[in-house]
Amino acid sequence: MTGREILFENVSRFYGDVLGVNRVNLAIPPGITSLVGPNGSGKTTLMNLMTGLLRPTQGRIDILGVPPDDPERLFRFVGYCTQFDSFPRGMTGYQFVYSTLRLHGKTHAEADELAWRAIERVKLTEAAPRKIAGYSKGMRQRIKLAQAICHEPRVLVLDEPLNGLDPLVRAETIALFRSLAEGGSHVIISSHILHEVDAISDQVILLSSGYVVAEGQIHGVRTEVEEHPMQILIRCNRPSTLASRIFELDTVVEARVHNDGKGLLVRTRDPDRFYLMLNRLVVDGVDLESVAPADDDVNSVYEYLIGPDGGSI
Amino acid sequence: MNPASWPLWRAQVLAVLRLEIKKNFLSKRGIWIYALAGAPVVLMWTHALMNMRHGRVCDLGRDSLIFATMFQFFYLRLAIFFGCVGMFLKLFRGEMLEKSLHYYLLVPVRREVLLIGKYLAGVITTCIIFCSGTALTLVALLIHVPRGAAEQYLYAGGGLGHVFTYVGTAALACIGYGSVFLLLGFLFRNPVVPVVLVLLWESVNPFLPQLLKYISVFYYVHSLVPISVPAQGDFAFLAILGKPISPYIAISGLLLVACASLWLGARQVRKLEINYGTE
Repeated sequence: MTGREILFENVSRFYGDVLGVNRVNLAIPPGITSLVGPNGSGKTTLMNLMTGLLRPTQGRIDILGVPPDDPERLFRFVGYCTQFDSFPRGMTGYQFVYSTLRLHGKTHAEADELAWRAIERVKLTEAAPRKIAGYSKGMRQRIKLAQAICHEPRVLVLDEPLNGLDPLVRAETIALFRSLAEGGSHVIISSHILHEVDAISDQVILLSSGYVVAEGQIHGVRTEVEEHPMQILIRCNRPSTLASRIFELDTVVEARVHNDGKGLLVRTRDPDRFYLMLNRLVVDGVDLESVAPADDDVNSVYEYLIGPDGGSI
Repeated sequence: MNPASWPLWRAQVLAVLRLEIKKNFLSKRGIWIYALAGAPVVLMWTHALMNMRHGRVCDLGRDSLIFATMFQFFYLRLAIFFGCVGMFLKLFRGEMLEKSLHYYLLVPVRREVLLIGKYLAGVITTCIIFCSGTALTLVALLIHVPRGAAEQYLYAGGGLGHVFTYVGTAALACIGYGSVFLLLGFLFRNPVVPVVLVLLWESVNPFLPQLLKYISVFYYVHSLVPISVPAQGDFAFLAILGKPISPYIAISGLLLVACASLWLGARQVRKLEINYGTE
């Protein structure tokens, strides 16, 4: 394991004539990276390629210096929680995690200790001796997560890991991802809940119809979307006065008084310059309450790049 | 191959064996395999118990010929054949259909090690089922003849050797058919196609040119059976044409077929992808 990044070099994958992903070039650094896109955009294909469950039709993939077709080395430091909601028949939650560790070559004592540790991390200790067949959707999701993290991987790939989790467990699970990322791990998540993606991601990869349409930190991606000027919401006591002055700036393309009459929605092509100039525009009698970007989030970026009808995600 | 990896591979094969053997024996879908193995046992034991109840004495020579016929034409050709179909075709393909194979592919196990582990688990399971079936049928054969005659047959008439040969032949058939169906499980999605193809191939084997005869399991195992069905008499229509080969060649040939099938299987498993949507 020599590299520090997960690299995709000109990777394409076709299912017969059907496109999975096409000409993907990525360099994913440590931290939480979210894959966002509509159904069929290629998120799962990308994850399956990363873990060797699929082979690329062309291109090269490198996971911290190891190719995905070398499972013996790869899965020493990679864990993958797939979206498949199926399990080996007749197993308890504990047996499921324990047997994975025995396949890693761990002794009984090591496997037992690591299995319980992982089960505790996903808060499933009480249910672990029970058969998985009797688990709820959320419990099944958590035992899969325990199986993916039981060997303490440095790269964790998670396909829709928050599906079926109740709000409390959801928050705990996100905290777990955050702690893993802060420890220097790569956590790759696909999720359809955009506000959660926004809250937890260090960077996002936006996919549409098998193509990567944007990648990087949310703010950076948003800045690059030039055809949609940045929206800034200014809360103040005299929005009309401020609006008349704001139009003096050539970077502003629109200023609209908010419906409640206590704010101003500004669209600008150069937000950084706008913030610099704003102080000069604020004259006596105008009290600023807050200034905040209104569409500098995954939701807006998604809508601008993929469209509101990009499919159900 | 790094020799330092052997202890790890051994541990991983054992881990696969633990998982698979339990699954193989407890699978409800495998009940018909027990039924296939148990059918001759039930038949012979019913025959033995009826004779004992009515105090009839049987002709051991004729009964052992009946057993030889049953072993060759039911046990080897059908019971073990279809038992291996049920056991080995599902080792990979069955888990694909259940969408649980990916768990094996997401651990640091070489695909070839996984293949060997699953194959050995299948061989152990089928050997236990079919060798026990063979042994229990032979016990039924001997239990209702006078003790002296049975001892004479076992210790002076070469009967003990026959018992070991039958059990060993059943085990070798499991090894051979197991490897063939494991390979075919990778190549065909529909299990009916390989079953019909192999059954047809094995059936016409006596009529094939010598070179093609070698590509068979039945060709080797039928040469190992200690009692041949005579070409005259009641069972003549079941007699196999063709000269049997020496046991050494038969065992070596069968193991060669198994190794070749496993080698081809290893090539397939390395290319294996998880794409449940197409299954």
